[in-house]
Amino acid sequence: MSVPFILFFLCALLAVAGAILLIMVREPIHSALSLILVMMSLAVLYLLLGAAFIAAVQIIVYAGAIMVLFVFVIMLLNAGTEERTDWSRIAKPMGLPLAFFLLLVIARWLSRSAIAATVANGVGAPSNEGVSTRALSMALFQQYLFPFEATSILILIALLGALILARKDE
Amino acid sequence: MSVVPISYYLVLSAILFGLGAVAVVFKRNIITIFMGIELMLNAVNLAFVAFARAHGQLDGLVFVFFVIVVAAAEAAVGLAIVIMLTKNRQSLNVERDSLLKF
Amino acid sequence: MEFITQHPVLVVSLVKIAVLLFVVMTALAYLTWFERKVVAHIQSRWGPYFVGAHGLLQPLADGLKFLFKEDMTPPTSDKFTYTIAPFLALALALTAIALIPFGPPSVQVLGQPVFVVSNVDIGLLFLFAVTSMGVYGVALAGWSSNSKYPLLGGLRSSAQMISYEVSLTISVVGVLLVAGTLNFNEIIAQQSGAFWHWNIIRFDHGAFPQIVGFLCYMTAAIAETNRIPFDLPEAETELVAGFHTEYSSFKFAMFFMAEYANMITVSCLATILFFGGWLSPFPDGWTWQLVLPGAGLVLLGMYCGWDTFVNMRGIARLQLAVVTMLCLVGGAICLMPAVQPVIQGPFWFTTKVVAFLFFYVWTRGTLPRFRYDQLMSFGWKLLLPVSLANLVVTSFVMVLPYFGRHG
Repeated sequence: MSVPFILFFLCALLAVAGAILLIMVREPIHSALSLILVMMSLAVLYLLLGAAFIAAVQIIVYAGAIMVLFVFVIMLLNAGTEERTDWSRIAKPMGLPLAFFLLLVIARWLSRSAIAATVANGVGAPSNEGVSTRALSMALFQQYLFPFEATSILILIALLGALILARKDE
Repeated sequence: MSVVPISYYLVLSAILFGLGAVAVVFKRNIITIFMGIELMLNAVNLAFVAFARAHGQLDGLVFVFFVIVVAAAEAAVGLAIVIMLTKNRQSLNVERDSLLKF
Repeated sequence: MEFITQHPVLVVSLVKIAVLLFVVMTALAYLTWFERKVVAHIQSRWGPYFVGAHGLLQPLADGLKFLFKEDMTPPTSDKFTYTIAPFLALALALTAIALIPFGPPSVQVLGQPVFVVSNVDIGLLFLFAVTSMGVYGVALAGWSSNSKYPLLGGLRSSAQMISYEVSLTISVVGVLLVAGTLNFNEIIAQQSGAFWHWNIIRFDHGAFPQIVGFLCYMTAAIAETNRIPFDLPEAETELVAGFHTEYSSFKFAMFFMAEYANMITVSCLATILFFGGWLSPFPDGWTWQLVLPGAGLVLLGMYCGWDTFVNMRGIARLQLAVVTMLCLVGGAICLMPAVQPVIQGPFWFTTKVVAFLFFYVWTRGTLPRFRYDQLMSFGWKLLLPVSLANLVVTSFVMVLPYFGRHG
């Protein structure tokens, strides 16, 4: 039970708990808070996988900007408690065990697939330090320059779109 | 070499994706549905980072970067549409928007 | 004992964290004293004077007051979010301080650097991640109080924070281009030499002066921490008290401490990025600078001693005599030859950070505040274009053959 294992299980538990809370709670603001919890635990998982830059970008952009946007919209629209209707009575006894069974099938298939065997033998795995920011930015600006510029235009379009859509009617 | 096998990360990604899909299908509040979409995107990001680590290449990480950027753009425009919708309908319940004409 | 030698990383890290937490909390408390004294002297009055000698026990009295006040929770508030918001604000503010190097990493105990709590390769990015999460404390506090004024104050304050955060990060990218790394220790190491090597005025082979970047950074930082002249959302004459209207006693104290901790973080970042961190402004060959910390403390002790015997009466005389003793003993310790080179790093770092905090308090006492629409248009229409222009000019200069790092 080494430290990476414990950390992985802790963060995985937090992520799944956050996702379940997102579905179960009544208020949208609590769903937003649970989604933030999921994103923070995913950032720690990215760190475990050696992608430090991506973890930082995840926190800065996803948890620190996109979720702030969600929280703002919830506050502006004063989104209150959700209405609940009766769930179908067959859902809980049939649905949950079926979902669990499907999950077991997927887990078994994944752990026996070629990709898991590849990593368990250490073939093709990188060194333990993880990916440096310099290497990532070299790839981003040399090999993937066109998608980079295209996404910057995409952001510009999204900015203009959001500005026009949410403008007050004069 | 990562001590935790990559398949564990993939299983976690599958669980999160499934839960995100549940949120999109079963919730009524439009903002919560959006959050389900964001959860699905995060699950996919986790799978990408896990595979990038497995193969030792950083193309997966570049793709994750682009997914995050596109998710930001989509969230901005989507929430602007939600604000506009709510101004007209006065409610955030998607079941009431099922008619194309008001 | 052998546990300590077998797990040096764990033990030294725990000790460092405990010491840092204690030092930061004391610094927060005495920052309030510092602010009240300086603002008072700007306004031609004395400030706290009677609680301890020169008001030095005032923070203790304030802390006790906050602990014993009645803790009310509005009945219609969202209980979970209402409770978690101040904890979130304070935890994030204190986490950011753990990334700051206070001295050279070469000073080591058991093989672990003493003055650097954590040496993250993406230190700068991580610091921005933590500060960008700080918006949640404000926004959630405003929302969960379920009342008009906190909601408006919270929305305005968080909108202000996210607007100025963009200019903050862009004005720092100029330093990043010059340094070529996100690691704090390497950024400081590249500024070694004397004060003309500091990033703010460095104009040699491989750098470009970052004066504009520093000015943009300082302005954005004051707005980001919600201080005067940018504190409309929490000013007392405006929206009652802004997003922390409905908070009382300890939770309010936590917001208070979070604001001061943010101030300290931002000042530490300014010294590291623009002013050389823990490096001294004099060239390394001038060995007389090694006695400066000790000499400064001894002089302070002598001033306190003079003040004790001339101006103080009664219990204040006793308290100030204790302070005098502490200063003289500290000065004597700093003058010991074994301690002299070790204390240099933290001494210069603390001096620069205190200078920045003084600047913060000075602007608080001097300037009037912005109106909200002036504030937002200033952030988006003036500060952001200026930081972008700084970035463009710096990157252009860095590619030129002489100035570029590879040229």
